[in-house]
Amino acid sequence: MKESRFAFPPVLSRIVSRLPQTPPAAVLAFALDRLLFPRLPLADLEALLEQPLRIEVSDLGLRLALTLTRQGFRPLPLHVAPRLTLRAAARDFLALLRREEDADTLFFQRRLVLSGDTELGLLVKNTLDAIELEIPLLSHLHSRSVSVANRQRP
Amino acid sequence: MRLRAILRAFRVGSSRPMMNPSCMRRPELVCPAGNPAMLKAAVEQGADAVYLGFKDATNARNFNGLNFDERSLAQAIELAHAHGCRVFLALNTYPQAEGWTHWTAAVDRAASLGVDALILADLGLLAHARERHPELRLHLSVQGSATNYEALAFYHERYGIERAVLPRVLSLEQVAQVVRHSPVAVEVFGFGGLCVMVEGRCALSAYATGQSPNCHGACSPAKFVRWDETPQGLEARLNGFLIDRYAPDEPAGYPTLCKGRFAVGGHTYYAIEEPTSLNTLELLPRLIEIGVAAIKIEGRQRSAAYVAQVTRVWREAIDAAFAAPRDFSPRPQWLTALDRVSEGASHTLGAYSRPWK
Repeated sequence: MKESRFAFPPVLSRIVSRLPQTPPAAVLAFALDRLLFPRLPLADLEALLEQPLRIEVSDLGLRLALTLTRQGFRPLPLHVAPRLTLRAAARDFLALLRREEDADTLFFQRRLVLSGDTELGLLVKNTLDAIELEIPLLSHLHSRSVSVANRQRP
Repeated sequence: MRLRAILRAFRVGSSRPMMNPSCMRRPELVCPAGNPAMLKAAVEQGADAVYLGFKDATNARNFNGLNFDERSLAQAIELAHAHGCRVFLALNTYPQAEGWTHWTAAVDRAASLGVDALILADLGLLAHARERHPELRLHLSVQGSATNYEALAFYHERYGIERAVLPRVLSLEQVAQVVRHSPVAVEVFGFGGLCVMVEGRCALSAYATGQSPNCHGACSPAKFVRWDETPQGLEARLNGFLIDRYAPDEPAGYPTLCKGRFAVGGHTYYAIEEPTSLNTLELLPRLIEIGVAAIKIEGRQRSAAYVAQVTRVWREAIDAAFAAPRDFSPRPQWLTALDRVSEGASHTLGAYSRPWK
């Protein structure tokens, strides 16, 4: 069964991918520092520290390079080769953060792409799933998947 | 009208064998908890019990970032018990000589934290638990691979097990026969991934990686797995062995050797096992009639979203099947919800259904 899923128009991706990616990476690092970093179990994340990571929001054309240090997240220049890359559409990243979607489900459906060091990828996935996230704003973004799920309920 | 409903419930006038409804038990729903968020999801959606493991190779889902330490386990037990949900701890890998004290220490730790049952497979650990913690309830793990009631009677007499999880290799009639004669309660798998290698005794994984799932707790340890985007498609490799290659729009699967596609005799196909998920929703009335004590959901490696979605469906289904077994049929929205989270495009009744027999 094919679900219709929201995606940003391809033209946006073409434009954004030509823009400098460091400012959005810095914004992401700033946001992660405020929302995620205080809750991260750093003792379990030894293997992830100082590793170049890349998050690609496919439909937005964003390729964000960053790394996790003991002091917080830091943006990196794009030319640094990533140890781990996570790629998905904006909608699917949001659904993951809101726990509406299971990462393996998205992976089976090829909506979440993980490349590089698989062990690091699993560590990131499992650590994020284990954290109770309360992100302001996130709970107000009503994604399409929720409205579809509610309609299907008996 | 009402009388007819009551008579129907008691199967009066039925051509099928009479059954005393007072003997019928509602099977427990046993759900996976790979982390506290999954446990919370299972409890919220009505699981009767959850199963979980420590953060090490003592259980068969030994993955980075998954599972519980002492502190999180204590909190998990408190939360589950506050909602009337029991907690089973899986300690179901086979210790090697050098790891023996690590495994027995895990048994002792679980006992002191107050889990409701230990799920064990190794005979030595069963003996240790029985001897040191005689008050602790013991379940025989699916990894124990006990498929007949004589084996269950032995585990019961020798180690006092109170429940056994049956391997996913028996037909429904064989399950019924085991349950009929078993001295202990029987738990069966209802949903999730399947294993063809005598429940984890996997010569394939051990051959490719040098690590057996039964001893190290993972079918394909992540450090041996590589995903590569190539011009031919997405390639999954396990310690260098190409185990599958997916075209751009093809669904992907777990990087397990048994579910890969291999070239055999000029054809490339799932030469060992297809990556389908077990789904026994339609068998629920029969499983209840047989008298299985519990239905287990696979998937501690998944996520809170998965546990919430699957537990919700199975809670509704078990309640509906128990209330009116003869009117029961799986609702389409249940099957849709379960198929969405399944590995592979379809589901199967696995060994439960063997029409060719």
